[in-house]
Amino acid sequence: MNTDSIFSSLDISHYIYLSSVLFCIGLFGVLTRRNAIVLLMCIELMLNAVNLLFVAFSSYMGDSAGQLFVFFIMVVAAAEAAVGLAIIVMIYRNVRSTDVGLFDKLKG
Amino acid sequence: MLSALIFGLPIGFLVFSFITILCALYVVTNDNPVFSVLALILTFFSISAHYVMLNAQFLAVVNLIVYAGAIMVLFLFVLMLLNLSKENEPKVKYGWHFAAVFAAGMLLIILAASLHKSSEQIMRNPAQDIGMVKSLGKVLFTDYLVPFELSGILFLAAMVGAVLLGKRDKNNETEARDSSNNPS
Repeated sequence: MNTDSIFSSLDISHYIYLSSVLFCIGLFGVLTRRNAIVLLMCIELMLNAVNLLFVAFSSYMGDSAGQLFVFFIMVVAAAEAAVGLAIIVMIYRNVRSTDVGLFDKLKG
Repeated sequence: MLSALIFGLPIGFLVFSFITILCALYVVTNDNPVFSVLALILTFFSISAHYVMLNAQFLAVVNLIVYAGAIMVLFLFVLMLLNLSKENEPKVKYGWHFAAVFAAGMLLIILAASLHKSSEQIMRNPAQDIGMVKSLGKVLFTDYLVPFELSGILFLAAMVGAVLLGKRDKNNETEARDSSNNPS
């Protein structure tokens, strides 16, 4: 596949639409799911939508700053997943469930 | 309008976009969390294909290694450790789904309407080699050296935090074992 043809034959608006759709699918998942682990996965999906948009803009403009931002987003996502999963495992030991509706111990 | 949007696009973009969106929909609608993880891995593979088409080869490989390789294996291990499957998936009322579709659709309309003009404003000078390790590394270790070192500290803090959170509390454990051994 000739990568050069992408930039001439494809407008960047298509990548904008694609990553908007991906972001909204992730938002739909965050709003509907109750399992805490699936919620983290939906957040990863939203982060990846933003990453795709960053890479698209960076490549179309010929500026490497966007791709470095994606690199740092991946760093933060990895740290977030590790700490988030550790918290979920710890809560599971106490509550015996990953249903976010049951995590109401802080409620007054 | 939709046909004008779709026809005439490169076949690689079309195929990988469909795979991406279908797998993402499968992730959020499926009841079994293990299948959700597998579909999310497929989504990351197709996003990596998009990166290759966009001349971001380094990020494509890093996306595969970090996301599909490390993070999703972590998710899969936690799912297996907690023994979660379709049976203990919490049920959601149907009204929530309509509200969520409405909210996500509104956000989609707003995003598309506010971003679709930006294609006229950006300058198009795609360079061939900005996605390679050589040029990205040069920028990373000169202009972005401080954020790079800070992300190392962030990783160290996250690692210590994850180990500390995952460690079993000694007192609770002995109490639980005592109470299970002596039912009196």
